[in-house]
Amino acid sequence: MSMKASTRQVDGVTIVDLSGRITLGEGSTVLRDTVKDLLGKGAKHILLNLGDVSYIDSSGIGELVSAYTSVQRQGGELKLLHLTKKVHDLLQITKLYTVFDVQEDEPNAIKSFVK
Amino acid sequence: MESTLESVNKAEEMADQLAIQAGFDEDVRDGITMAVREAMINAVLHGNAYDPGKRVNLTFEQNGHELIITIGDEGKGLDPDEVPDPLAPENLMKQSGRGIFLIRAFMDEVRFRKLEPGTEITLIKRIPGSELDRQEAST
Repeated sequence: MSMKASTRQVDGVTIVDLSGRITLGEGSTVLRDTVKDLLGKGAKHILLNLGDVSYIDSSGIGELVSAYTSVQRQGGELKLLHLTKKVHDLLQITKLYTVFDVQEDEPNAIKSFVK
Repeated sequence: MESTLESVNKAEEMADQLAIQAGFDEDVRDGITMAVREAMINAVLHGNAYDPGKRVNLTFEQNGHELIITIGDEGKGLDPDEVPDPLAPENLMKQSGRGIFLIRAFMDEVRFRKLEPGTEITLIKRIPGSELDRQEAST
């Protein structure tokens, strides 16, 4: 299953709903292009909803790291929402779980951004 | 197999089917398929650099005790000891370099062998309930 991304705005936060697999090739490219496009449009508060992401490989992890640092460099914040157990475990073993701001609830995640 | 992303996906699917047949539970199967995917990516992308003239050799063996997967490329060769630790603070935010770490995290044993040219990686997962698995559990 290829990856899909759709964006919506809630209270000044851009929520990116991702579904499918973030893997080397199309999945990683979709994520990269989506974040690049949002930064180009001046988005500063980005919430990646990974609730329907079934699988991430090392390339996908790299893309998440790259998205995080790109948004930070532009003076914005990128947070993760609704990690599946698989993605949660993967971020834990790669020691990235504590690097990312991981949120479990959408309304609270939106409030957590410094605006 | 050809040095393409399609081969990576196909190898992943084959590994999943064999892991089901070997009786691994879902969590372990996910780890095995991820290890195979990462090893295939190393072979196709970093080893053979998508060169259509270079092949990836993939073999699966199930001997009742272990699932053994071997992946060989025809690239410039890889020294696993020279791969930086992706958990080191200075490498934590790097975009790449986690593949071999993940392979080691999910498999019981990982071996590298230098080929002329290329690299062969062997991934071993002990089958639950087998004699080797019980020996491992008792040590």
